Amino acid sequence: MKVPYSWLREWVPVPWGAGELGARLTMAGFEVEANTPAAPPFSRVVVARIVSAQPHPQADKLRVCQVDAGTGTLLSIVCGAPNARAGLMSALAPVGAQLPGDVSIRAAKLRGVESQGMLCSAKELGLSEDSDGIVELPADAPPGTLLREYLDLDDTVLELNITPNRGDAMSILGVAREVAALAQVQVTGPQIIAAAAAHNERFPVELDAAAACPRFASCIVRGIDNGAATPLWMRERLRRAGVRSISAVVDVTNYVMLELGQPMHAYDLGKLHGGIRVRLARAQEPLTLLDGREIACDPDMLLITDREGPVGLAGVMGGLRTAVSAVTRDILLESAYFSPAAVAGRGRRVGLVTDASQRFERGVDPTRQGRAIERAVALLRTIAGGAAGPIDVRETAAVPPPPAPVPLRSSRLARILGVQLAPAQVTAALEGLGMQVRAQGEDWQVTAPAYRFDIGIEADLIEEVARIVGLDAIPETAARAPQEFRRLSGAQAGESALLQTLAARGYQEAITYAFVDPALQQQLFPGAPQLALANAIASDLSVMRVSLWPGLMRAARENQRRQQSRVRLFEHGSRFVGATGDTREIDTLAGIACGPRLPEQWGLGKEARGNADFHDVKADVVALLATTGDERAFRFEAAGHPALHPGRTAKILRDGTTVGWLGELHPLHVKALDFTYVPVLFEVDLAALAVRPVAYQEISRFPQVRRDLAIVVDDDITLSAVTERVTLSASSLLRDLRVFDVYRGPGLEKGRKSIALGLIFQDISRTLTDEEVGKAMAAVVADLRENLNARIRE
Amino acid sequence: MTDLTALAAAALGEVAACGDLTALDEVRVRWLGKKGAFTEQLKALGRLSAAERPAAGERINEAKEKLHAAIAQRRSLLERAAIERELSAGRIDVTLPGRGEESGGLHPVTRARLRIETLFRRAGFEVASGPEIEDDYHNFTALNIPPDHPARAMHDTFYFPDGRLLRTHTSPVQVRALRERGAPLAIIAPGRVYRNDSDMTHSPMFHQLEGLVVGEDVSFANMKAALHGFLQAFFERDLAMRLRPSYFPFTEPSAEVDMSCVFCSGKGCRVCKFTGWLEISGCGMVHPNVLAASGVDPERFSGYAFGAGIDRLAMLRYGVNDLRLFFENDLRFLTQFRSLGT
Repeated sequence: MKVPYSWLREWVPVPWGAGELGARLTMAGFEVEANTPAAPPFSRVVVARIVSAQPHPQADKLRVCQVDAGTGTLLSIVCGAPNARAGLMSALAPVGAQLPGDVSIRAAKLRGVESQGMLCSAKELGLSEDSDGIVELPADAPPGTLLREYLDLDDTVLELNITPNRGDAMSILGVAREVAALAQVQVTGPQIIAAAAAHNERFPVELDAAAACPRFASCIVRGIDNGAATPLWMRERLRRAGVRSISAVVDVTNYVMLELGQPMHAYDLGKLHGGIRVRLARAQEPLTLLDGREIACDPDMLLITDREGPVGLAGVMGGLRTAVSAVTRDILLESAYFSPAAVAGRGRRVGLVTDASQRFERGVDPTRQGRAIERAVALLRTIAGGAAGPIDVRETAAVPPPPAPVPLRSSRLARILGVQLAPAQVTAALEGLGMQVRAQGEDWQVTAPAYRFDIGIEADLIEEVARIVGLDAIPETAARAPQEFRRLSGAQAGESALLQTLAARGYQEAITYAFVDPALQQQLFPGAPQLALANAIASDLSVMRVSLWPGLMRAARENQRRQQSRVRLFEHGSRFVGATGDTREIDTLAGIACGPRLPEQWGLGKEARGNADFHDVKADVVALLATTGDERAFRFEAAGHPALHPGRTAKILRDGTTVGWLGELHPLHVKALDFTYVPVLFEVDLAALAVRPVAYQEISRFPQVRRDLAIVVDDDITLSAVTERVTLSASSLLRDLRVFDVYRGPGLEKGRKSIALGLIFQDISRTLTDEEVGKAMAAVVADLRENLNARIRE
Repeated sequence: MTDLTALAAAALGEVAACGDLTALDEVRVRWLGKKGAFTEQLKALGRLSAAERPAAGERINEAKEKLHAAIAQRRSLLERAAIERELSAGRIDVTLPGRGEESGGLHPVTRARLRIETLFRRAGFEVASGPEIEDDYHNFTALNIPPDHPARAMHDTFYFPDGRLLRTHTSPVQVRALRERGAPLAIIAPGRVYRNDSDMTHSPMFHQLEGLVVGEDVSFANMKAALHGFLQAFFERDLAMRLRPSYFPFTEPSAEVDMSCVFCSGKGCRVCKFTGWLEISGCGMVHPNVLAASGVDPERFSGYAFGAGIDRLAMLRYGVNDLRLFFENDLRFLTQFRSLGT
């Protein structure tokens, strides 16, 4: 909310300058977001009267004015504004004046006529965005007075961030009350005097929604001149508060709302039919609002209606049909109390957040509807004339009861804040806020004023005390913590260790959005149900990821576009499986590698300079799995995945359960996504990386014996099939089995490959004999021949 | 019998003349081998009388030993010379880069998060987590934000058609942790949160740190000490901190936490918009309604909670001036965070 400092001072004797006031308010919970001058810098601009305005001899659109700027001699000013006329009080920038934007005024000849300065528009003075002519000042403005002084432009506008619990502070009066509490002074304010009714007319009002609208004040004002200009002082205050001047009536209702916090509405009395009924809307009931917006109401929206239908969405905006216009003579002023529950969210539902709805949904003083009308009628009379009738206040039985006392225990206060405050400090803080404080032994019973909607429990009072005494008054006290040892699970590797394992192997951690492009995800995971956002920020960020791959692929591609040929990225995060109510969030580690196997460097063999493939990345995945200390529990199994190359994909299993995938991106996707290098992707569920507790195995002190064996088998025999046969047929003395060559090509039958194995035998308690090892080897050879149709290469 | 002295002198002369190890070996075989001159000499001993034999034998052996020693000495000399030659030939360019893989690194936000976790663990906190897809109850209602509460409008929530939502803050973990673990407890919950907002300074996904301490005697003063302690530990320097009253539906009293600007030490600069202060966190005493909704007796227990942006902490710590860099995953940016420190 924008609070002009000068306006606030009319309500409370602020003992601080604008800067200090801003700091005090900020530290009391009203954050000053901006502290801006009421007008940009300009100098020597004065009030001046146009004594005469003659047509320019050389130009149709210009006039030559004789201007009295209080100097004793008239100045000759050439002016092009259509409203430059004799008798007008305006603003003159004489020679030597400075205007905003570093404009200096010098004597100049305009089409042959000397001009000794410039008559200014509000726009030229930086007081408005646009203007139709030169400034029009009241007739009693004293010529020669500096305009800055006359308009009090050396004023500061404090832009306050009012938190949602403090609707009562959304007015000059409300902020004045806070200042009074902080400065320990009284709110003074201009006196609002109820004028005697000039006639006896009342407008019929029925309140059907008793709880939603328990109080409705109205007043008929006849014979106003809505074409009358709003006085400059009011337009200036509205401008500084960020409200546009519209017409006398609308300006007055806005002014009162800004000043007292009570939103008001004015109906064109001639356009209202029958009486007013405040009732809930019927489903889909149509209403055209003031701004021309057509809405279809929900049954929980509160409407102001007349015989013909809705004339306003209560607490949000009036309707177009009964809006006042420049020719309106008779009006009905409305000042109602709508309960926060009846207004909250209704405006937002139709895309509207208005000054009125913001105040009503936070809570407006339910007792002061009449005062707002009194203020409006008084202001209106001086501006637009008119005869006001009696203020007619209707109420239902659901008028909010006066606030009940809330207990505040001194022990609780001390325990929550961690500081012992003097009782006098507590009562002064609360009483300064207009609360009634009754002592009860060491404790208090506190009754909040009706305008406070946020005081219902003890904690609310503790907050108020803390706010007013200041949070700086609370010390910093370290908590006393017992020395407590919690069991440290050995089953989970620290997250950091897992991430560093991949980082050490050349992968860079990425963080990608959890929502991805549905088209890409559909391509990669055609079967997976997609969980779509109802209000996505962009269409390509609209479904929850079922895998970290779409995000990583996007990141890899963008890096490729940035001329990074070698990309290795990984991510740790959740993927979201299942589109229905029981979406599972699976903690996942995934990676992508594309481009050269190793960074560009000297001294690499041809093989090492190739692009990363399945087996390069498999080594990285295995390194990750090895952190469990349970590599033997994992198995890689050839499998199909729609995102991946059908012949270069493995499912990763731990103890028979699928825990991840590894593979090269399917050539179709590589092409469609325009990857320069084939990406290799992997993804592992983090839960599958649980660590196997270490159990020490005795080390054999006897020598190991190695026997190498080269076999030729059919191409489709996997290594794991060979390993399985060897492990089964060799005796329990086999310690280790290594593969040191796989060969296809010349010298071998077509469709066959050669695998070279190293078998390592060892016993824990003795040295093995040649004979024993020979026997084991013979068994292996026989088994491979029989079961895998293997030929032994000698 | 040839003159032993002359023989020995000849042998030693040959040893001294050897230019390489092969020649030296030949000399050794020729003089000391099975058919070598000294072996012949020993064989000839049999022809001497028993009285002469010991002395002659001793002399021969003495000469042999001498020759052995000379050969060994020559060998070590030649070997050393060979190594010297190799050394000068085997000189490499030590400034050439090493071969193999380069290391990657962790994301700066992860680094900051791990640092935060370490600091809080040391102070006795546990790390908790919660789901990113939340229900309305945990994200709002249980946190004292009923439907149509104006505070909801500040959240720009992402919704799913069935009414579930992406959590807008890590605060739902407060409710879940209290329900699961009960009081007393001290946790932090770092994690991803989502808001439908994207511009220079907002990302639709970002990272928040939630803290919650509930006990029988937990006060606002404790919270101030914890937050100030954390900030000074995180930034490794003395910092001023101030709390400004504010409003969050789930805490009361609530406050915004400002710390003195880490770039200008509070003197005023562009980063702190010349205020000297940086807003870094929101905090407050857990609202009694939230404790009650989580099954904790608000009369017996009190607690504090706070929330801070991990991304912002990371930006301030590493001097990153644009939030969006964190989510562009540009390798030129990410690789700047390779070191192991946090």
